[in-house]
Amino acid sequence: MSATVSPIREPLIEGGKSYHDITVDLVRSTEKAPTRLWWIAFLISVHVLLFGVFCILWTIWHGIGTWDLNRTIGWGWDITNFVWWIGIGHAGTLISAILLLFRQKWRTGVNRAAEAMTIFAVMCAGLFPVIHMGRVWMAFFIFPYPNTRGSLWPNFNSPLLWDVFAISTYLTVSLLFWYSGLVPDFATIRDRATGLRKRIYNFLSFGWTGSAKHWQRFEALSLVLAGLATPLVLSVHTIVSFDFATSVIPGWHTTIFPPYFVAGAVFSGFAMVLTLMLITRKVLKLEQYITIGHIESMNKIILVTGTIVGVAYLTELFISWYSGYIYEQFAFFNRALGPYYWSYFGMMFCNVVSPQLFWSRKIRRSLWWTFLMSIFINIGMWFERFVIIATTLARDYLPSSWSYYVPTWVEIGIFIGTLGLFFTLYLLFTRVAPVVAVAEVKAILKSAGDQYLAPNTEHHEEIMKQYKDAEDKGKVYGSDHAHSESH
Amino acid sequence: MRKFNKDIIFGLYDDETDLISAVRIAKGAHLDIYDVYSPFPVHGLDPVLGLAESRLHIAGFIYGMLGTLTAFLGMTWIFTKDWPIIFGGKPYWSVPAFIPITFELTVLFASIGMTVTYFVINGQGPGVVNPVLHDRITDDKFCIAFDMHHVDESSAKSFFEKTGATLIDKKKI
Repeated sequence: MSATVSPIREPLIEGGKSYHDITVDLVRSTEKAPTRLWWIAFLISVHVLLFGVFCILWTIWHGIGTWDLNRTIGWGWDITNFVWWIGIGHAGTLISAILLLFRQKWRTGVNRAAEAMTIFAVMCAGLFPVIHMGRVWMAFFIFPYPNTRGSLWPNFNSPLLWDVFAISTYLTVSLLFWYSGLVPDFATIRDRATGLRKRIYNFLSFGWTGSAKHWQRFEALSLVLAGLATPLVLSVHTIVSFDFATSVIPGWHTTIFPPYFVAGAVFSGFAMVLTLMLITRKVLKLEQYITIGHIESMNKIILVTGTIVGVAYLTELFISWYSGYIYEQFAFFNRALGPYYWSYFGMMFCNVVSPQLFWSRKIRRSLWWTFLMSIFINIGMWFERFVIIATTLARDYLPSSWSYYVPTWVEIGIFIGTLGLFFTLYLLFTRVAPVVAVAEVKAILKSAGDQYLAPNTEHHEEIMKQYKDAEDKGKVYGSDHAHSESH
Repeated sequence: MRKFNKDIIFGLYDDETDLISAVRIAKGAHLDIYDVYSPFPVHGLDPVLGLAESRLHIAGFIYGMLGTLTAFLGMTWIFTKDWPIIFGGKPYWSVPAFIPITFELTVLFASIGMTVTYFVINGQGPGVVNPVLHDRITDDKFCIAFDMHHVDESSAKSFFEKTGATLIDKKKI
């Protein structure tokens, strides 16, 4: 069944793969013993994670006074990291859900790893609101449950509580979406394995058989989950932005925050996906499944969302001037030229200026440029959250309480620790599950494999050549007509 | 213990095009297909096989509505009857502020409910062992299976040979 495909579409699977080749290539990483490189990366990640755990224990033991926050600056690295990690998670859902609804076939190459990244990033993010409460052993107070305090409930009108619901729902739905997609791939591994591995993967594969009715339900489920996850992912960062936008702090109290946060989240998430995928495809030799075409598509999304973010920054500046409200004007003047000017210009450079390089096709398709840019954007988006949170708080209504804030080693340690957690989980994931969705790649082989596209492309080139020849001889009515209209 | 009560004869095909044309021939010859297996969802198979559209999304809608009602009525009861508190001078029943949580719980209930329903009606779950006819079905082979109580062995065999199956085998499941 050779599906009709546009001849100018780039192949998404290279190397003339058969279905069996796809299985072997994608499952390989789970069947081999880990390489030395993997062990080195894993040991580093685990040690970094353990240092993070130590810093969290230090915080809990001594209290959040160890963070050097003060009366004026009540949120520092904690909430900055929280928003940063949540934002990173958004790309996974965008790839798996929104691109599924738009029937973008290139998602199949990267969706599995991006969804895993979402889950791990949301885990890292969830840590910060919990520990920033101070008395973490009271964290369950945020959940509404009948209690002995006369059944005193949380405040359902508070964006901070909406966050609790948004993030726990987001984590749960992402996990369900990811796992229901993994089940058929675990079955593929199961049927190739023997002994104990077969039993483990049988447990994980839930007894999947590949029956036609099951596949039909599988597609129905993923379509509806995608339909639910799409508004969900938009709602999550919208609600995160409400934490700021519903306050009365100048610089936070703006209606542009929800779309601006969502665009920023997708922007930073794609940067992290690229950072990870560029390394993963190289180390696991998946260049034929995650092609330059995939990378270019992601870079285009980075360009679009980065430009949206840039427009939002400029709109904020314009509106603060146009509002005629001096506190708002001061907040933005202070962001750019106050004591934290370096973070503002870091943010502007990394998020607004640097992605504009992606207008060039050559840079979009260059691995080194892409990797460099992805790092820039990760840093830039962290700065953005720091700018919004710390620099805004540093200069409040009363000059007598103006303050400056520098993180302590404990806060830096917790942040680095979450990076350790993230990479530890990701490295384990590459060992346990196929990094690329095996069944989904097989399903697009006939319409996106290079051996199936080649005849189409050749035919297209031939037609174009004939057309060009005819045009040169002045035989094509259309081209003549076009010329006369352009005068 | 699992009961082995079905005698299955199955054929494997190398390509989904062969599978679909074979299913079409089997339907034409009124052979009672036990099941069809494939390594990935084969588009165009469901109508040929005569599978009705899945009603999973209807279940999802019902679960979602349940979530909507739980959240909205729950918050309404808590803030108007159980323990009314004034926040920032707003009314007890402040509907706009209830919308985010109502939305989140709608999505949460629909997703969990649908996924659980999906695995239950598929007969799948952690540790479930379902019979696997052939190890390559989750890899690159497409399979049609007949129950030998409904389709006799010789007609199944001749069907598989005629439609180009690359492997024919029997298994008790």
